[in-house]
Amino acid sequence: MTQLRDFSGGIHPPEHKHLSTGRPIRTAALPEHLILPLQQHIGEPAQPLVAVGDRVLKGQVIADVSSGRGVPVHAPTSGIIVAVEDRPVPHPSGMTDRCLILEPDGKDQWTSLNPVADYHTMGREDLLAMIRNAGVAGLGGAGFPTNVKLRPPRDRKVETLILNGAECEPYITADDMTMRERADEVVAGMKVMAWILRPSRCVIGIEDNKPEAVRAIQAAVDGTQIEVAVIPTKYPSGGEKQLIQILTGQEVPSGGIPADIGVMCQNIGTAVAVARAVFEGKPLISRVVTITGLAVAEPGTFEALLGTPVACLLAEAGLDHPHLNRLVLGGPMMGYTLTTDAVPVTKTTNCVIAATAEELPTPAPEQACIRCGFCAEACPMELLPQQLFWHSKAGEFEKAEHLNLFDCIECGACSYVCPSSIPLVQYYRYAKGEIRTHRAEQIKADRARERFEARQARLEREQQEKERRRNERAAEAARKKAEAAKVAASDDKPEIDERAAKAALVQEALARKKAKEKAARVETGEPSSSQPPNSD
Amino acid sequence: MGINLLLAILVLLALAVVFGGLLGFAAERFRVEGNPLAEQIDALLPQTQCGQCGFPGCRPYAESIANGDAINKCPPGGESTIKALADLLDVEPQPLDAEHGVEQAKRVAVIREDECIGCTKCIQACPVDAILGAAKHMHTIIESECTGCDLCVEPCPVDCIDMITVEPDIRTWTWTPPARGVIATDRQGASA
Amino acid sequence: MSLIQQSSPHTRNARPTSRVMLWVILATLPGLLAQTLFFGWGNLINVVWCVLLAMASEAAILAIRRKPVAFVLKDNSAAVTGLLLGLSLPPFTPWWVSATAVISAIVVAKQLYGGLGSNPFNPAMVGYALVLISFPVAMTVNWAEAATLWGSAPGFMDTLATIFSASQTTVDGWTMATPLDQYKHQITTLTSTEILQHPTFGEQVARGWEWVNLAFLAGGLGLLALKIITWHIPAGFLAGLAIMSLAFGSNADLYAPLSLHLLAGGTMLGAFFIATDPVSAATSHRGKLIYGAGIGILIYLIRTWGNYPDAVAFAVLLMNFAVPFIDHYTPPRTYGHHKPRRGAPGKMGG
Repeated sequence: MTQLRDFSGGIHPPEHKHLSTGRPIRTAALPEHLILPLQQHIGEPAQPLVAVGDRVLKGQVIADVSSGRGVPVHAPTSGIIVAVEDRPVPHPSGMTDRCLILEPDGKDQWTSLNPVADYHTMGREDLLAMIRNAGVAGLGGAGFPTNVKLRPPRDRKVETLILNGAECEPYITADDMTMRERADEVVAGMKVMAWILRPSRCVIGIEDNKPEAVRAIQAAVDGTQIEVAVIPTKYPSGGEKQLIQILTGQEVPSGGIPADIGVMCQNIGTAVAVARAVFEGKPLISRVVTITGLAVAEPGTFEALLGTPVACLLAEAGLDHPHLNRLVLGGPMMGYTLTTDAVPVTKTTNCVIAATAEELPTPAPEQACIRCGFCAEACPMELLPQQLFWHSKAGEFEKAEHLNLFDCIECGACSYVCPSSIPLVQYYRYAKGEIRTHRAEQIKADRARERFEARQARLEREQQEKERRRNERAAEAARKKAEAAKVAASDDKPEIDERAAKAALVQEALARKKAKEKAARVETGEPSSSQPPNSD
Repeated sequence: MGINLLLAILVLLALAVVFGGLLGFAAERFRVEGNPLAEQIDALLPQTQCGQCGFPGCRPYAESIANGDAINKCPPGGESTIKALADLLDVEPQPLDAEHGVEQAKRVAVIREDECIGCTKCIQACPVDAILGAAKHMHTIIESECTGCDLCVEPCPVDCIDMITVEPDIRTWTWTPPARGVIATDRQGASA
Repeated sequence: MSLIQQSSPHTRNARPTSRVMLWVILATLPGLLAQTLFFGWGNLINVVWCVLLAMASEAAILAIRRKPVAFVLKDNSAAVTGLLLGLSLPPFTPWWVSATAVISAIVVAKQLYGGLGSNPFNPAMVGYALVLISFPVAMTVNWAEAATLWGSAPGFMDTLATIFSASQTTVDGWTMATPLDQYKHQITTLTSTEILQHPTFGEQVARGWEWVNLAFLAGGLGLLALKIITWHIPAGFLAGLAIMSLAFGSNADLYAPLSLHLLAGGTMLGAFFIATDPVSAATSHRGKLIYGAGIGILIYLIRTWGNYPDAVAFAVLLMNFAVPFIDHYTPPRTYGHHKPRRGAPGKMGG
C-alpha cells in the first residue's frame, strides 16, 4: 500500500462530475472546417509546411517548428487547406492567433504510418524523436512538449514517475473516462515512458471519487510493477506539486522542476498519446474532451479531432442557447472564460463548461478584506494570500514578489473561500503580468543602454581617430616641409643611399618568393598560373 | 565628591570612546557600496535615448537630475518613471512637463522599404544603432532593438519612416486588474 | 450570444462576510441569555442600544465619506462591534457612557482608519478602554449583583429607567463590585476562605459569572465547529492566562485562583469573541498562538498587579500594537522553500 501524505490547505468544492460520466466516450462528428492553431504547445509557434489549396492526408505533418522548442501539427483528417489566417483561439485574452484551416474531404485517408512492434529494440533518442514527431505535448493543460519533458537535465535522474489521474477540478471527467475505457492504453503509454526514464517507482495517482477508473486501472496494471495510489479527494490534489507531495512527501523546490527531486508527473491523456504514437504510429490528432454544464442537454465526453470548433461539440451535446451564460474552457477553478464558441479544440483542451447563470452566478461585488485568514487556511502553497492581495492591489509588486508571489499556482482556492468575494487570483495574475512586463522592459532598456553606450564609444573612437589622423597628417606635412628644407640646405646623401638599398632588398625578396611559388606549383602538378585557383 | 565627579566623567568618556569605536568599525566593516546616484537614476530611465528631455540621451539627463534637475522631463517614461524617480530621490512626484512632450503608447519605427532611397541619414540618427543598411541600399529597422525614439523620422528626406503603435498580441497579453467599483465583471458581446 | 468574461475561479462557496458576522452574532446569544438570566435586563438593553447606535453612526460616517451606505452596512460588522460593547459594558452603564464608547469605536477606531479591514485596533475595545479611562466610576459601580431574573433582579422598566436617566438611584441596591474586583481588594486584609464566603462568589466559582462564561465558551466552540475562527487565538489566550496563574498565583491567599480567572470577568467573551476579531489580530497560525498568549499573559498581569479589576480591553489593544511585529516574524514557510521569507524586500533583492 502506498504511503500517502497530506498537503496543507485545499478545499472541497461541489464536484458535478456525475453530469458527464453517465455516457461512454462518444466520437464527435466531422465538422465543416477544422481550425488548427500553429501554437498549441509551450515554445516557438510552428511554421506552416503546406500552402493554401494543398491536399493533405490524415496524420500528415502540416506545420513544424524548425528551430527552438516545439512540436509539429498534423492534419486530423484528409482534406484541403483552405486558409492560413488569424482566428480566435482558446486563450484567456480572447485574442486571435495564426491558424491553418482544413476543409475535410470526408475520405479520412491516412498517410503512411510507421508503428513500432517492439519499442525495447529502439534507442532512447529514437523513441523521443518518435514522440516529438507525433506532436505530443502535455495534454493536461500546459502543453509542454512531452519529448523535452521526458529528457530531464543530464544530472537529474527520475526515480519516481507519476501518472496524474487525480483530476481534482470539478466538472472535468476527460481523464476519468479515459482511464475507465482505455486503461490498457494508459498503462502501455506509461510503460513506454518508464522505458525511456528507467525510474525505480511508477505510480498512478487517482482521487477516491473515481472508483470505476481505479478498478479499470488496477485491472490493467495487474502483473506489472506499477502502483495505483487512491488518494483522498481534495482540491487541488491534482496540482503537480501537491500530487508529488501526496505520493512522495517531497516538495518541488521553488523555481525548480520535479526532476530536481527525482520525480516526473505525466498526464493520463499524454500517456495515451504516447502509446498511440509508438504502437500505432499515429500522431496526436484527437483528444478526449468533456462537454458539460447545465446548459447542455446531454453532457458527456467526446473523442474530438483537434481543430473541431467548440460550437460543434456543444451542438452535439444539445446546447440550450438561451440559458447559456458563461462558457468556461477548463474547470471552474482554473479555467478561463471564452468569448466565443468558434474557438477550436486544441491539444490542451480538456473540458468545456456551458454554464447557466444560476450554475456559475456572477460573483458578488468585492467587499473589504476582513483578514479572516480563510484564504491562508485554503492555500495549498502556504502563501500569505492577504498580503499578496494588498501589495498587488496597491501596485507594490516588489513586495508581492518578495512574499513568493511566483510560487502561487493560481488554483483559486483562496478566491473560492473569500467571504468578501475578492477576486484574489485575478489580482495575482495582474501582479505577475506586470512584473513580467516590467522585467522584459528592463531587459530591453538595459540592451538599449548598452547599444547607446557602445555607439557613443564608437563615435568617440571615430572622433579620436579622425583627430589623430589629422594630427598625423599635420605632423607629416610639417616633417616633410622640414625635410625639404633640410635637403635644400645640405645634400644629405647617406640617407638616400640607405633608402635605395632598402628598396633593392625588398625587390630581391619578392623575386625569391615568386620563384618559390612557381616551384611549388610545378611539384603539385597545378597549372602554372599567377591567378589563384578558382574554387567552384 | 570630587573623585566621584571625576569617575563619572571618566566612565562616560570611556563608554563614548568604546561605542564610538564600535560604530566607526561597523560603518567601515558593513559599508554598503551604493551605486553613484546618477547610475541609479539612469537605471530607472526608459533608455529610449530620444532626447525629448533636452539632453543627448538618458545618461546625460540622469547626471543632470543627480545635480538637481527636474524629474518630470521624460515623456517615454511617463508617470511611472516620475514616480520611481520621486521614490528614489525622496521628493514629491510632479506631473509630466508638457513642454517636453506627452506620454504615448509604446511605438516602433518601421521603414516603408520600397520608398527608401538608401541615404543612411536615419542610420546616423539612430541612438541605439537599430537600423541596418548601406548607402544606396534599402534600410531596415531591427524591431526588437528599436526604442521608438522618433529620431529617425525627422532626417528622412523621403518621409518613408512610420511610427507604429505596438498593440498587445496574444503573446504579450497580461491580465488586467479587477475593475474598481462595485461590479467586477463585464459582459462582452460575441458572435454566436 | 453574450458571455460573461471573468477570471477564474468561476465558482465560490456561499459564505459571505455578512454571513460570517451573523454567525458571530448568533454565537453570542447563549452568553447574552446567561447574562440576562443572572444579571437582569441591563446587558440586553445595552446590546440593543449599542447595536442601533453602531449602525446609525456607521451609516452616518459612510454617508459623509460618500461610500455606499446600504452595501457596507449589510456586512454586519458594525452590528458586531455594537454587540460586543453591549455585552462587555456593565449592565447599568448610563446610556451616554455606552454612546461614547460606541461612537468612538465606530467613528474613530474603525472608520477614521479606513473602515472595515483597515483598523489596526479592535474597535469595540478602543471604545471600552476609552470610557473605562474617562468614566472610571460609572464603569465600576454599575455591575449588577447576580440575582437571577426569576428572583429579585430589578425589572425591565426599572433597568431601562436607570440606564436612560441621569440619576443612578433606582438600582443602587442591586449593584455591586465584580468578583474579580472584590477578591483583588479584599485579599490584602482577608483570607481566601473568608472572601469566598461572600454571596458574590456563590457556591461554585463566581455566582452568575461562571454560567455567563460557560455560555460564551459554548458559543465560541460553536464558532470553532463552524470554522469561523481557528482554535489558535482562544487556546493561546486561555493557556497564557492559565500558565501565568499556575506559575504565580498558586497561593489563593495572595492571588485570585485560576478558576476565578477563567470563569469570572470577561475571559471567555474575550477569548472567543473579542481577541478573535480577525482584522486586528495576527494572521499566521503561529502568530495567532503568540497573539492569544500575549493577551492571556497581559490580562493576568493587569488583573493581578495593575489598577484595573479586569483587563481584556487593555490586553487586546496592547497586543494589537504588537501584531505587525508578530506578523513580521511568523510568516508561514511556503511550499518548496527552506525558510520563510520575512520583512520587506531588501534594496538588492529581486
